Amino acid sequence: MNQVAMPNKLLDVQNLKQYFHPGQENEVRAVDNVSFHIYEGETFGLVGESGCGKSTTGRSIIRLYHPTDGEIYFNGEDISKLKGKKNMQQFRRDIQMIYQDPYASLNPRMKVQDIIAEGIDIHGLAESDADRNQQVNDLLELVGLDKSHATRYPHEFSGGQRQRIGIARALAVQPRFIICDEPISALDVSIQAQVVNLLQELQRKKNLTYLFIAHDLSMVKYISDRIGVMHFGKLVEVGTSEEVYRFGLHPYTESLLSAIPLPDPDYERNRRRVTYQAPKEDGKERSLKEIASGHYIYCSDDEVPFYQKKLEQKKRQ
Amino acid sequence: MKKILEVDDLHISFDTFAGKVQAIRGVSFDLYKGETLAIVGESGSGKSVTTRTIMRLLANNGHIDQGKILFKGEDLVHKTEREMQKIRGKEIAMIFQDPMTSLDPTMNIGNQVAESLRKHKKVSKKEALASALELLKLVGIPNAEQRLKNYPHQFSGGQRQRIVIAIALICYPEILIADEPTTALDVTIQAQIIELMKEIQQKIQTSIIFITHDLGVVANVADRVAVMYGGRIIEVGTSDEIFYHPQHPYTWGLLSSMPTLEMEENELYAIPGSPPDLLDPPKGDAFYPRNEYALKIDTLEAPPFFEVSPTHQAATWLLAPHAPKVTPPKEIVRRWRLYEQKTGLKQTALN
Repeated sequence: MNQVAMPNKLLDVQNLKQYFHPGQENEVRAVDNVSFHIYEGETFGLVGESGCGKSTTGRSIIRLYHPTDGEIYFNGEDISKLKGKKNMQQFRRDIQMIYQDPYASLNPRMKVQDIIAEGIDIHGLAESDADRNQQVNDLLELVGLDKSHATRYPHEFSGGQRQRIGIARALAVQPRFIICDEPISALDVSIQAQVVNLLQELQRKKNLTYLFIAHDLSMVKYISDRIGVMHFGKLVEVGTSEEVYRFGLHPYTESLLSAIPLPDPDYERNRRRVTYQAPKEDGKERSLKEIASGHYIYCSDDEVPFYQKKLEQKKRQ
Repeated sequence: MKKILEVDDLHISFDTFAGKVQAIRGVSFDLYKGETLAIVGESGSGKSVTTRTIMRLLANNGHIDQGKILFKGEDLVHKTEREMQKIRGKEIAMIFQDPMTSLDPTMNIGNQVAESLRKHKKVSKKEALASALELLKLVGIPNAEQRLKNYPHQFSGGQRQRIVIAIALICYPEILIADEPTTALDVTIQAQIIELMKEIQQKIQTSIIFITHDLGVVANVADRVAVMYGGRIIEVGTSDEIFYHPQHPYTWGLLSSMPTLEMEENELYAIPGSPPDLLDPPKGDAFYPRNEYALKIDTLEAPPFFEVSPTHQAATWLLAPHAPKVTPPKEIVRRWRLYEQKTGLKQTALN
C-alpha cells in the first residue's frame, strides 16, 4: 500500500458543509467546511468521538443527505449536485456503504440471496436467474460464506457472518469506492480481526478504495494509509496514519491518542492522559494548513511555525 | 489478603424453546478485599451471567444447577429474594453497561442516588440527599447542588454513567460489579470514568469485578484477570501473567488479534470460526474447533487447571507433563520475552 508515483485522487471533498436546520435557531453544523481527498486504492480513516460529524461526512458523500455547501468530486466529476435518476443510479453503483449495525442493516424478512442480489436486480446486472444465482454464490464465497447460506434468513447468522453478508451486498454492484461506517464496532474482538482481514483482502483483489469511519483508533491506524481526525464538525488533522499516530500535533489529536487503552499493563501504568481544552475564540481565521509534506493541521496562519517546530521536536525525540 | 467472595463450581443453565443452554459450566474464582478482578471474554462466554448470578438477578428461565457463592461465609445461592434485597445495593452493588437505560427517566437524580441509602439505612430524607450531593460531587458532576433536581435526559452519556456509579457507591458496598461500564462511551470519557473508579476504590477500599471484552481497559484496571470461554474460566492470573505470560491458546488468540503500536504491516491474526453453541457444548475443550494448537485429547476430555505459578492457572492440555512443546504466535513470543526481562524467569519453551 505504499504509494508509488502520484496516484489518482478518486474522491476529492472540498469545503463540505452539512448543516441541519440551516438558518434556524436550532441550526447544527454537523460538518463544517471539511476538505480532504482519497487516492485510488487507499484506505482513508476518519476518527473522532461520537457526535463529531464523521458518520455525517460519510453519509453526505454517498448522498444520504443533501450537502448544504461544498463540492464532492468522484473521479473528477462533482457528485454533490448530481440530479436525475440515471446519474444517481450510476453513482450508487460506484459508491457503496457498509453499515455499523449488522443486526439492523439487513432486512429480516428477506433471504440472504435476495439481500445480496437487490443491487444486481436494480441495476439489471444479471442476464438470467441462473446468472443471478451464480453471482450471489460467487459473492458468498468471496466473503467467506457458504453458498448453502443463500436461502437462509439474517437471524440465522452471527454478528460477524451478518457483517460478511453486508460486505457481499456492497460488492454486488462492483463498486470502486466503499464507505465503511464503523463496520467492526459491534463485533467481538476475535471476530473484528476476521472482518478487517477480509476487507483488506478484498481491497487487494478488487483494487477498492475505502473510507473507514471508526472511533477505535488502534484499529483505524492498522487498516488506514492516511487518517483524518475530526472534532466538532471540523477536520483538525490529516496525515499518513504513521505520522498522525506517532507525531500527532493538534492538541485534540494528542488528547485522543493519550486516551486509547492498549493491552499492555506496563504501558497503561505509565500512560499520562492529556485533556483537551478548546482554545478561546480569538477571531482568527483557521483552516487546514500543510505543516509538513502531506501533514495538515487546522490552524491560523501565524500558528504554522509553532506547529512546524513542534513536529521537529517530536521527531527528534 | 482477605478473601471476600468465593465462587465454587457454579453451573447455570437456561431453558429455551430450542432446549437447555448450559451457559455456565463449572466456574470457580475468588475475590480478595480491595482488588480489581477483570473477567474478559466474548459475548456469550458467560461473564455477565456469572456476575448476575452473584446478584441473583437471573431471568426466570435461568437455573443455578450446582455450586456455591460464598459471601462473608454465607451461601448466596440459597438466599431468599427478601434476604437478597438487603444485600443488593448495600453490600454488593452493580454498574450496568448502558447508562441510557439503567436510570429511571421519571425520577430526579438526587432522589435516585439517595434511594438506596433510604432503603438500606435509617436516615432522614434530608440526610440522604446530603450524602447524595456529596457523592455526586465526588464523581465529578459540576454544579451538583443545582443539578440534584435534574432528570437523566438533561445529562450527557458520560455524566449519566457517573450518576450510575454514584448510585452504586452510596452505601459503600464491599463488592462493586461493573458490567462493561465504559463500552457505550467514547475513549476520552472512558478514560475519565476508569480513573474515577480507581480513585474511589482507593478511598473506600471496595473490591471490583470488572467485566469487559476490551483488553486495553483490562490492562489498565485489573490486578488479576480471568479469561472466560464457552461458559468456563480457561485462564486466570495476575495482570502481568495474563498479558506477558499467557498459556491458553485462546488467550494467545485474543492478544494477537489486537493491533499494537509495535506491530508491523503484516496481516492481523484472526481466531478462525465462531464461539461454541452452548445448547450442545463440545465434549472436550470448548475451544478445540478453533484451536490450531489442539491436541487429540482436547476432543475427548476437557482439560483441568494446570498451575503455572501460585497465582496463575490455565486450563489447557498443552501444560500437561507429557504434552508436546509448541511455539506460540509471534506476538506472544514477544510478550514472553518481555516477561523474561521483567522477572528473570527463563522461558524454556522459547529455546
